[in-house]
Amino acid sequence: MMQVLYFAWVRERIGVPREAVETEAATVADLVADLIAREDRYAAAFADLSALRVALDQELAEFDAPLAGVREVAFFPPMTGG
Amino acid sequence: MRIAVQAESFDLGAEANAFAAGVAGAGAVVTFTGVVRDLPEGGLQAMEIEHYPGMTQKAITAIAEEATQRWGLCDLLVIHRYGRLAPGEAIMMVATAAAHRAAAFEAAEFLMDYLKSRAPFWKKEITTAGGDWVAAKDADEAALDRW
Repeated sequence: MMQVLYFAWVRERIGVPREAVETEAATVADLVADLIAREDRYAAAFADLSALRVALDQELAEFDAPLAGVREVAFFPPMTGG
Repeated sequence: MRIAVQAESFDLGAEANAFAAGVAGAGAVVTFTGVVRDLPEGGLQAMEIEHYPGMTQKAITAIAEEATQRWGLCDLLVIHRYGRLAPGEAIMMVATAAAHRAAAFEAAEFLMDYLKSRAPFWKKEITTAGGDWVAAKDADEAALDRW
């Protein structure tokens, strides 16, 4: 079981800030494909991966990164701090 | 080094004074403050700032440790707010203290460039028409290249 978190407009499109996801996905990209196949709201949120960033256990990562051992995955748009 | 991620407002003068008073051996203290700016056409009611609790503190700490090491800072302060802010309110501040001003200025700029696109905050502009997420600019990402 993996905790998946969403922020900003990704959270708004998916409709929840976080959820526990049961998945066999080996990489972030696999997880995205898995989610997109579940419901339209995921397809809407993940339509353009170039507009998204991902963090694994609170560290920025790439979409081809493996998920082995990862407990928390977060998806969000490019950050706008400062 | 102090890093505060908070909803509460902060007193820029008091923070700057306390920071400057607490550093030993510094010849230069630089502060920067980011403020909620109204839209060019006016009408901004509020800025809502969302963040990723858990990651925020860690990401800022990593950036701050790099700045401290690269510029040999005597001390450093970062305060960044989240939640609903009104136009004119301070969003965040950084303060850097170093032996000489070049290091203090450069480290402050480095911190700002990295906080902008590597600290997990997202801003939403609220107007009577609704809310708009602020999009990151290509220039923000490009700004990291100079470091």
